[in-house]
Amino acid sequence: MNFSATLWGPMISFVLFVWFTMKYVWPPIQQALADRQQQIADGLAAGERGKQELEKAQSEVEAMLRDAREQATEIINQANKRQDEMIEEARAEARAEADRILAAAREEVEQESRRAREELRKEVSSLAVQASSQILKREVDAKAHQDLIDQLATQL
Amino acid sequence: MSGESATDYIQHHLTNLNLDLTEGTVEPGATGFWNLHLDTLIMSFGLGALFCYIFWLAARQATSGTPGRLQNAVEAIVEFVDKTVSETFHAKSRLIAPLALTIFCWVFLANLMDLIPIDLVPSILSALGVSYWKVLPSVDLNFTFGLSLSVLVLIIAYGIMGKGVGGFFKEFLTHPFGIWLLPFNLVLNLVEFLAKPISLALRLFGNLYAAELIFLLISLLPWWIQWALGTPWAIFHILVVPLQAFIFMVLTVVYLAMAYERH
Repeated sequence: MNFSATLWGPMISFVLFVWFTMKYVWPPIQQALADRQQQIADGLAAGERGKQELEKAQSEVEAMLRDAREQATEIINQANKRQDEMIEEARAEARAEADRILAAAREEVEQESRRAREELRKEVSSLAVQASSQILKREVDAKAHQDLIDQLATQL
Repeated sequence: MSGESATDYIQHHLTNLNLDLTEGTVEPGATGFWNLHLDTLIMSFGLGALFCYIFWLAARQATSGTPGRLQNAVEAIVEFVDKTVSETFHAKSRLIAPLALTIFCWVFLANLMDLIPIDLVPSILSALGVSYWKVLPSVDLNFTFGLSLSVLVLIIAYGIMGKGVGGFFKEFLTHPFGIWLLPFNLVLNLVEFLAKPISLALRLFGNLYAAELIFLLISLLPWWIQWALGTPWAIFHILVVPLQAFIFMVLTVVYLAMAYERH
């Protein structure tokens, strides 16, 4: 238990070991620890960012869905309106057509009746003339037949 | 202990393998400065080198990804030391933390030799013709003082770095009583200054020397009862071994912080 030159041994090795640790051991381990810390921090931040992006995307999807639904409703409404319009148009057209046909038919009937009446009148007149001439031939008693002629005339 | 007396047995275990530098002969028990304790030198250097090698292995493959078993263990120690140092030494320094790590691991490994069965290495080596071998470097004052004197040099260096040459000596002369009590300050500071390395070295030495001595005494008991005392004592030293290493490290950092920082 006495001091001797042995003292130098641990001192020299001490310097050596400390130098070695400082140069080759401490920095790489600290570097690895710092890097890992950074990676974990980055990972957490990325997770947070991902969550936020997901929320944003979800709200976007919701908005898009809402828009689409609104558009669909609008389109359906428009289609319904258009359908009503078309039906209305068709009905109006049909009515007009019917009116036209009816009017034409009436016109024709009118014409026909007018013509028939005309013809009848002509025929009756000629008949009347014939009859009267016949009657006249057989010395007619105008008086006696007056009521007959009158009757004919009213019938026309 | 076949045939030897108890005193001889203990004496033998506490004797270094000594190389007399003046005569160049291996002479156990020689006194004087020009002697080398080969066992202390070899054990302490070997253990320090082992520490460097293991940590270098871990540091070389250190990855920021998933660490392996070795890297995990080394990282745990490094972070523990780093935390302890940053709690004590507040200034930035590239040296302090690696220094503390080296001290902690080296002293830990040196103390750990205490738990090797005390007759194991000496009996193997004596069969190989080496008659003396102290396997525990912490039980050589040359080792503990070698460490603590290195720390003293660092304390002076950090005192000068932190306060300047003038500031360092001014504090030495005027602290704590002011300039008019200069001689008292000088004596007080000198004592405080020397107490640091002496207490560092003697605390470590004393603890491990006592441990070793008790182990030696236990090994003098009959073989069938040795376990009853040896086991608790060894378990106790699982605590003492890292504790002494930790104390040495923390006090070193505290001394350096006190030297570096202004009051």
